[in-house]
Amino acid sequence: MPEENIIEIKNLVKKFKDLTAVNDISFNVKKGEVFAFLGPNGAGKTTTIKILTTLLKPTSGNIRINGFDPAYQQNQVRESFGIVFQDPSLDDELTAYENLDMHGMLYKVKVKDRKERIEDLLKFVELWDRRKDLVKHFSGGMKRRLEIARGFIHHPKILFLDEPTIGLDPQTRNHIWNYLKKMNKEEGITVFLTTHYMEEADKVCDKIAIIDHGKIIAQGSSEELKTLTKKATLEEAFLSLTGSEIREETVKNQAMSGMARGWRR
Amino acid sequence: MIAIYTLWLRQLKRYFRSKSRIIGSLGQPLLFLVALGFGLGPVFQKAGQGNYLEFLAPGIVAMSILFLSVFNGMEVIWDRQFGFLKETMVAPVPRWQIMMGRTLGGATVAVMQGILVLVLSMLVGFSPVYSFWMIALSLVFMFLIALMFTAFGTAIASVLEDMHGFQLIMNFLVMPIFFLSGALFPLAGLPKVVGIITAIDPLSYGVDGLRGTLVGAAHYGLMPDFLILAVITAVFIGFGSYFFSKIQV
Repeated sequence: MPEENIIEIKNLVKKFKDLTAVNDISFNVKKGEVFAFLGPNGAGKTTTIKILTTLLKPTSGNIRINGFDPAYQQNQVRESFGIVFQDPSLDDELTAYENLDMHGMLYKVKVKDRKERIEDLLKFVELWDRRKDLVKHFSGGMKRRLEIARGFIHHPKILFLDEPTIGLDPQTRNHIWNYLKKMNKEEGITVFLTTHYMEEADKVCDKIAIIDHGKIIAQGSSEELKTLTKKATLEEAFLSLTGSEIREETVKNQAMSGMARGWRR
Repeated sequence: MIAIYTLWLRQLKRYFRSKSRIIGSLGQPLLFLVALGFGLGPVFQKAGQGNYLEFLAPGIVAMSILFLSVFNGMEVIWDRQFGFLKETMVAPVPRWQIMMGRTLGGATVAVMQGILVLVLSMLVGFSPVYSFWMIALSLVFMFLIALMFTAFGTAIASVLEDMHGFQLIMNFLVMPIFFLSGALFPLAGLPKVVGIITAIDPLSYGVDGLRGTLVGAAHYGLMPDFLILAVITAVFIGFGSYFFSKIQV
């Protein structure tokens, strides 16, 4: 059923000079699903997200996001998704409210809707009382919650999150998953995320794809992956599929994936 | 259009919130006005060129606009480092509109700073020609200078990866643009090479336009000043939006 898939990817390849970051991957995400993309560092997760969100052009392959091609129908694709990047992307010199308001204006959300939506979302992520504070005074967890609220303002069909809970305390992580599950249920927003926390993926996600060295090596529900590898937990299944050796995301590798130096803090 | 307005507004909010930056960037022009204006004044007078402060003030206004514009344009690098640039890059808005919003905002801020410096120079003793039209026209020149160099800063920042190149740009591009623009010395009777260099320097026409409107003494003439500035500004905006649209985050 093609209309059920909100993300369709066929034979996607991304090459940077002599490095193949994404090597012929194909997968679909159904509307309303919570989909996790798991993989060791440098496996190609962030590169794939960048291609899906129009920030990078693919070398070859077929992509449909909400029925549009991100390489050619950039604006339609951009209107279809919200995104929470791996690193913060707020304007520190503006207040929480101003950051969201500016986002709403850039996405052409009408004034009345914008006001209501921002109020709802700020209350939802429990930052309404702090709306007039400059973002530079916020903690990492508060910034992350604000970014999640921002991602929802323009009523996107899909929310992309690149390691949304990294570096946060268990309380905040728990809250963030609750927000995402709730929005997924109530507004039917498809959630596409990457994470290194296996228990979280296990608890939250309907479907999981494991990527390594630019290739998808397994996909299915958490149960299916455990059955496939005959392991008790998702983490064990993940390790048995990707091996236990440590991956170094080299500087060369990073520079090639088009990432500016100094971003990782 | 709303995207352009949004980013314009952002630049203004950031400017008004950093009071220390507003006051801090008045220090340098004040120093130039006092040290050069009064220090070199007697020599200038003796050479038969008249009042140096009257001559200098438009140049210092142009200087403060130049510095702040380039700086505002180069804020792209900060936004890249602090991540905000990505937020604008995934918005459903053409890149050139993002660039225009930022540039217009940066230029507006620089013009406000220029007006502050003009008022400051009047406090020190500068007395411009009091004609409504000439003052209005001087604002047009200020805005052209600001727009031109904000676009210039944006174009450069779009190809730089981090702040390391900033000093290089300041010392090898921005400072020469200022010192060789005729902001500090008359353009008549220069050695040939210096004369050619000042004629290539786009800021020369901005300084000349300001001097023409505020003091009534233009070297090239107001119309040539305006036309040349307008053309170069358009070219820089073209370059700026081209390089900005090529940024990969």
